[in-house]
Amino acid sequence: MGEERRVLTGEHFLTGDHACAEGGMAAGCMFFGGYPITPSTEIAERMSLRLPEVGGIFIQMEDEMASMNSILGAAWGGWKSMTCTSGPGFSLMMENLGLGIVLETPTVLVNIQRGGPSTGLPTLSGQADMMQAKWGSHGDYEVIALAPNSPQEIFDHTIKAFNLAEQYRTPVLVMSDESVGHMTEKVVIPPREELKLVPRNYTKKKPGEYLPFECGEDEIPEMVKAGDGYKIHITGLTHDKRGYPDISAEAQDWMVRHLMNKIQKNKKKIIEVEKINMDDAEVVVVSYGISSRVAHRGMDLARKTGVKVGMLRLITVWPFPDYMIKELAERVKAFVTVELNFGQIALEVERHVAGKAKCYLVPHAGGDAHKPEDIAEAIKEAAK
Amino acid sequence: MTKPAAHLETAIVEQDTHPMADLLRMDRMPHIWCSGCGLGTGLTCFIMALKETGIPEDKVAVVSGIGCTGRVAGYLNLDSFHTTHGRGIPFATGLALANPDLRVVVYSGDGDLVAIGGNHFIHSARRNMDLLVICVNNFTYGMTGGQAGPTTPISAKASTAPYGSYDYPFNIPYLAIASGATYVARWTSLHMRRLKNSMREALPKKGFRVIEIICPCPTAFARKNRLGSGLDLMKHYHDNSIIKHGADPREADIDMNGKVVCGTFLDIERPTFRDFQTENIATQLGGE
Repeated sequence: MGEERRVLTGEHFLTGDHACAEGGMAAGCMFFGGYPITPSTEIAERMSLRLPEVGGIFIQMEDEMASMNSILGAAWGGWKSMTCTSGPGFSLMMENLGLGIVLETPTVLVNIQRGGPSTGLPTLSGQADMMQAKWGSHGDYEVIALAPNSPQEIFDHTIKAFNLAEQYRTPVLVMSDESVGHMTEKVVIPPREELKLVPRNYTKKKPGEYLPFECGEDEIPEMVKAGDGYKIHITGLTHDKRGYPDISAEAQDWMVRHLMNKIQKNKKKIIEVEKINMDDAEVVVVSYGISSRVAHRGMDLARKTGVKVGMLRLITVWPFPDYMIKELAERVKAFVTVELNFGQIALEVERHVAGKAKCYLVPHAGGDAHKPEDIAEAIKEAAK
Repeated sequence: MTKPAAHLETAIVEQDTHPMADLLRMDRMPHIWCSGCGLGTGLTCFIMALKETGIPEDKVAVVSGIGCTGRVAGYLNLDSFHTTHGRGIPFATGLALANPDLRVVVYSGDGDLVAIGGNHFIHSARRNMDLLVICVNNFTYGMTGGQAGPTTPISAKASTAPYGSYDYPFNIPYLAIASGATYVARWTSLHMRRLKNSMREALPKKGFRVIEIICPCPTAFARKNRLGSGLDLMKHYHDNSIIKHGADPREADIDMNGKVVCGTFLDIERPTFRDFQTENIATQLGGE
């Protein structure tokens, strides 16, 4: 047992949840603190089996507040860390997602979304936490959130999430859904040497020179870990570059702008989308996660009837690709957003279309996927 | 007033830095604590104890939650983390597990640790996590103006208990022992030497260790209950503390006018989370 067990190179038949755990393993995760919750539990189960093989630690915490805090602590202890949750657990993690953002802590939070509100549909799919991901913790902040649509992609995206977390020194969300989490498909795990991993950006400065929140033009501060002699102080209070509390409007302005700019300034480097049939598109379907697979089918059905329809599949949902929507709005007739909720990302699309094209939503309360025929009908309606 | 001896006078003049300046963030002084509060003496004890253990400063991390005691982390010149309300223990859990070379101390208040953080406290004790928890108990939420808390004695007044508190308080040593802690002591902020010795004893140990410090809050708790100044409370501790090592924690309840049982309630060893984790994995997986 040891590091040779870290990357299970080869072709596998895996559930999305297990593929997610393998993504974490491949990315170098050493710590998982979690609380079981359907439909994300299989990630925790797999990590409890896999982490000890490489000398990492799995700990089942007492609740989701504890889980989220434990992964922040582990990150400051020098390890790559992650947790997973769903529905009510995601709500409980919001408090300390905020702490992670303010402490600028690299870590990964996976949400295998189920139907809500409240206990909702523990075993069935939903995508209604998309706005919570962006706005669920109090205060203003920016977040990075990815939306995989297959077991292969959740494996890839979990690695990508770890890389983005290190690159931008921030918690990164993988906003998947029950359908992807519980479907079983082929997952190819590449050889270890082919994985592109971003190591932690440890400072080269000496103790006394280093400030935990000092950064250059790119707004990304360097990292240290506890025990290396830097004697850092970091706080969830509004703070200055030293990490010291500064309860003033000026410090708040600097800190919040910095947290927003760190993501916004770099968004063109962060954002990834897939464009399908977009060359001649007059109608654009916007979708992500499991809905994007059904929407693809709906798009194909509509194309067969002669509608020039394409799809913008969001791989990165947050930061939102506003500039792409704005550009498309100048030349297409309509947007059709397909998601398992009553209009969350649709609001974002509408906001950036800003009246320059028609906007449609194919809503769904969750618990099932859309019917491709319904999506095709909406596309045809939009093309009129 | 008599003049100090000449050699003492010289000593005072030459001492232009605080004797604990190396372990305090002097650029953050003055601190926010009120005159008469016991947090400063507790912190003094902690720094003295840490120095006496000889544990390298770089290998100690302090984690706090929110409140007056939550500010301890920010004043210590160590790796220090000021987290969210009640969450010091789970943050410290991740920190300690990821970096076993660190001695991790959670330094926080009664409201933080046993109300909003109560679930983390009992579960961390159950796991016998390698953490030293220093819980400063002033019977109230001081920073927010003196609300009733999980340790407010029955009948004590608080801003949210204007007719006197009518819910039972936690007895922290009893809670800690019942939950699985392996070292449990209580002192008041009057007992500086004993408190320091207790901290020195607990710092190098393994497992979940709890030291409760009974602390005056002249601004909120004492004022609302007409208990007088910080000095009056020290006099109260002097007259009403009973030192009884190995006392039955069930007898350590604190009420408004009763005795405060102090001492080391428990000092045992049992395998920690990490001991079991390492042993189980080694047995199951073989190898290291």
